[in-house]
Amino acid sequence: MIKINCKKIVGGKAEGLALLSNKPLNMLSMFDTKTGQIKDKDHDLFNQTVKNRVLIFPNCIGSSVGAYIFYSLKINGVSPKAIICTNKCDIITASGCAISDIPLVDGTGSSFKSLNNNTKVTVDADNQIVIIHTV
Amino acid sequence: MELTRKEEKALQGEYGDGLKLAYKILLSIGNANNATKLIPIQWAHISGVNFNTIGEAGVRFLSQIDKETKVTVTTTLNPMGYDSKKNNNISESFKANQLSIINSYLSLGVIPSFTCIPYEIFNLPKKGEIVSFAESNAAVFVNSILGIKTNKESSLSSLASAITGKTPYSDLLIDDLRKPTISIKPDIDIKTESDFGLLGYFAGKIAKDICVGLEINSESLDIIKSKAISAGIGTSGMCGMFTTKNNDCEIISFGKTEQTQVKDDLSTAEKGDLIVFGSPQLGLEELNLLGHLIEGKKFKKPCMIFCPRSVTECNNKMIKALKKAGADICCDSCTCLTPLITKNEYDSIVTNSIKCAYYMKHANKIDVSLKDTKSITKEYCE
Repeated sequence: MIKINCKKIVGGKAEGLALLSNKPLNMLSMFDTKTGQIKDKDHDLFNQTVKNRVLIFPNCIGSSVGAYIFYSLKINGVSPKAIICTNKCDIITASGCAISDIPLVDGTGSSFKSLNNNTKVTVDADNQIVIIHTV
Repeated sequence: MELTRKEEKALQGEYGDGLKLAYKILLSIGNANNATKLIPIQWAHISGVNFNTIGEAGVRFLSQIDKETKVTVTTTLNPMGYDSKKNNNISESFKANQLSIINSYLSLGVIPSFTCIPYEIFNLPKKGEIVSFAESNAAVFVNSILGIKTNKESSLSSLASAITGKTPYSDLLIDDLRKPTISIKPDIDIKTESDFGLLGYFAGKIAKDICVGLEINSESLDIIKSKAISAGIGTSGMCGMFTTKNNDCEIISFGKTEQTQVKDDLSTAEKGDLIVFGSPQLGLEELNLLGHLIEGKKFKKPCMIFCPRSVTECNNKMIKALKKAGADICCDSCTCLTPLITKNEYDSIVTNSIKCAYYMKHANKIDVSLKDTKSITKEYCE
């Protein structure tokens, strides 16, 4: 078990399997909000769904109304369990998670690179800690 | 970000679900932007009104806000999708969604201004005061020209600030951060409003900071040019302010090559099947100029002019003359993500506005011919 200190952006605690990307996401143009799948062919998460995962990615880009896409994913039951931003957390992700009750931490400076997809991760935003459950 | 005891209670829901939600949004944004506290605002201007901008998720989000929730500062609204007083060619489902959005905002007690140029219509707070402006051209304009302080806010942050009357204290609200590190120096003649728009678009694209410098004479900036620069900067990046008084900046040249590059990005057609004015909406000065230029002539192509309803009411005579020349005056709405201009009807448009050109090209997928107002009236009127 590895503990990593992070900064709380939106409170809460959740656990799920990691879904990792080094690429930013444009919420407005990349998502199928019915399935939670990323539909941009050029993105390394193409055709993967964020449903019930702990999404670990740099930050969002594009229009700020992209925040509503997190809300869409939530009400459609396909949102991530929690999110870790590995670059500076942006206001699209922050406000999107705030209105959708998705725990969010800023993990800038911490290395998540060695982490594998499907590793179990706990995000405890209230205590500003991410726990990686190693087998 | 630290909250006061009262703010903490509001976040826990002691003062209702609306305030709880609003504080939750502001806390997340404050945390992300390294704000230390919340500070009072004097005005909020909310974006995300046109159904095309916020979509069905936005409609649902707004409709579930607790009905007891009210804004606590003067709050104005961005344009909606169409002219509320006209028989627009809009689908019933679009209209139903649009009406739902408007009702949600009205229930909060906002002023249904439907304008992206509040600075030309309302008596805004004084220089130095803090506001929360979400419309990008308006945020850049009030920061740069009026000295009113705002961050470049989003639909959600401006809504939350309207409800709480507060905003996270960060970035452009802090005097020391309202300074550029790079400054753009035009090495060519910048004359027309479209030239100033292209300069702004270039500056916004190049600037990685929240404030960018422009090496131009501030006294040469009338409202039309200031608006064009602000809209250009607001369209191309994250920058929320420009200043003309710059020291210790890295100078970046804006020459013929740079101008051609940004222009070629936006202007892809020789001619337009439709003439479009607005984005930002036209104010009184622009309408007067246009009216003067087309006096006694008629538009050779269909022409749409987007402007706030209150401005049309200020100068009825001018509006009549523009209508006589063949212009379609569209109130309440603007060209940004408009459902009123579609590729089914038009292959290309001609406009003087950089912001209109950008959204027509990227959102509506329509080709654009970019020309200044004088050239448009010369070429497209007889």
